[in-house]
Amino acid sequence: MTDEPLLRVSALSKFYGSRVGCDNVSFELWPGEVLAVVGESGSGKTTLLNCLSTRLLPSSGTASYRMRDGQFRELYRMSEAERRFLMRTDWGFVHQNPADGLRMTVSAGANVGERLMAVGDRHYGKIRATAVDWLSRVEIEQDRIDDEPRAFSGGMRQRLQIARNLVTGPRLVFMDEPTGGLDVSVQARLLDLLRGLVTDLGLAAIVVTHDLAVARLLSQRMMVMKDGRVVESGLTDRVLDDPRAPYTQLLVSSILQV
Amino acid sequence: MTDIATYNFAYLDEQTKRMIRRAILKGIAIPGYQVPFASREMPMPYGWGTGGVQVTASIIGPDDVLKVIDQGADDTTNAVSIRAFFKKVANVAVTTDTATATIIQTRHRIPEHPLTAGQVLVFQVPIPEPLRFLEPRETETRKMHALEEYGLMHVKLYEDIAKHGRIATTYAYPVKVEGRYVMDPSPTPKFDNPKMHRSPALQLFGAGREKRIYAVPPFTEVVSLDFEDHPFEVQTFDQPCALCAAENVYLDEVILDDHGGHMFVCSDTDYCEKRRADGHRGHLAPKADLAPGNMEPAQ
Repeated sequence: MTDEPLLRVSALSKFYGSRVGCDNVSFELWPGEVLAVVGESGSGKTTLLNCLSTRLLPSSGTASYRMRDGQFRELYRMSEAERRFLMRTDWGFVHQNPADGLRMTVSAGANVGERLMAVGDRHYGKIRATAVDWLSRVEIEQDRIDDEPRAFSGGMRQRLQIARNLVTGPRLVFMDEPTGGLDVSVQARLLDLLRGLVTDLGLAAIVVTHDLAVARLLSQRMMVMKDGRVVESGLTDRVLDDPRAPYTQLLVSSILQV
Repeated sequence: MTDIATYNFAYLDEQTKRMIRRAILKGIAIPGYQVPFASREMPMPYGWGTGGVQVTASIIGPDDVLKVIDQGADDTTNAVSIRAFFKKVANVAVTTDTATATIIQTRHRIPEHPLTAGQVLVFQVPIPEPLRFLEPRETETRKMHALEEYGLMHVKLYEDIAKHGRIATTYAYPVKVEGRYVMDPSPTPKFDNPKMHRSPALQLFGAGREKRIYAVPPFTEVVSLDFEDHPFEVQTFDQPCALCAAENVYLDEVILDDHGGHMFVCSDTDYCEKRRADGHRGHLAPKADLAPGNMEPAQ
């Protein structure tokens, strides 16, 4: 273990004209830690995630990431080539809609292998073996390797997207509502799988969700956002069991009890 | 040519030719890079070689000798029309002989006869972007070229092997030029890819509809993409040319009747005729050789 964080975010803000996307967000993320960002829709969760993953440039603030060589690099000062390289090697991004994160017209095997080929792997047999291995880790049968994701169910697509992101052994994964749009039993299995992978691989993850149950299952720490600002943050159990901010109390008490 | 109503030399006006020459020079300076240019309307439809014709028109001079081939043949519609076009608008000498031509405009073949220094090969290109069918956004493909992100190209080859057990791409086979840009060699058969590698001739590519020009200068590295365990290989043929008995050339299948009769003959008609003139005979070569375009006397 190291005593340095993986990601340092300080006073990050994003404005869309006069509208606030997210405002003055600061936090640190440690290796192997899963941070959940919760809040209602429009609270700036996804804006924050897009800024952190450099898909959007923030209006102000800084974020620095500890590279594999141990050096901190300021994300928004990197060249686009470096950022895109980081995106496909050391990072992963799991979209809510798998069609955004997958190539729907190429086979599952090629979807998993694309990142390997992008970083210079040129041995078909090895790429395919890795793809087979990853499909089995996300519980997709091996004989589906040459099928296109179009022929997959929603849950399978999401698992394929996860495999595609994890194949290069990233250290940080961004997830935007990874279980959105799935039915509850599929959600439960996906969460189980994610929890297993995150623990086994020691991944750090930032999970954006509006589902407090997902946050409770996956994350150690959480931030509650409202109107672009962080209203409360802390250990997940503490925030959910003893919410302090009025908005968090409202959020926690809004969970349907069945 | 004193008539005021006559065409400008080589059809295009001088400003346009300068603009195209600038694009060509930039293309030569950055081998394999697609240079945008202001493609003009030509007196022929898109898809018939408007890009190649504009490139040829911009580089041709009164002393040039022009050869035009279409799928290797000098006597097909596209080749005959473009040859006639330049004869009319530039009054240049034309030939079917690969060795004596100074400019060879080609649709989808590289001649079998080795090209020499000083010759220019002008390709007609329908879709210059090798990544197009994998990534439809032009903004994104340009960025991928700029950042040298070519993993996607291998995804296509991976798909080929996964589906067919081998790399099934047989034409427009992607190449990497001088270790930098991935380039579409136009829909030539991959059989011709090795001929582009360190070719002494200048190779120019014009895409009229897509408004792009790119180039491979003489003696440039042109490497076909592949996998370590599935290396690049060219097509091979079981039998020699039925007319001239040539081996290790690219053959076309020609249907002879409606009972399944067929033969394989050289796609490069000039090469085939030269060989027959030298006395080579394939198993289907008639005694009195009346193949179209054959200029040797009946025996």
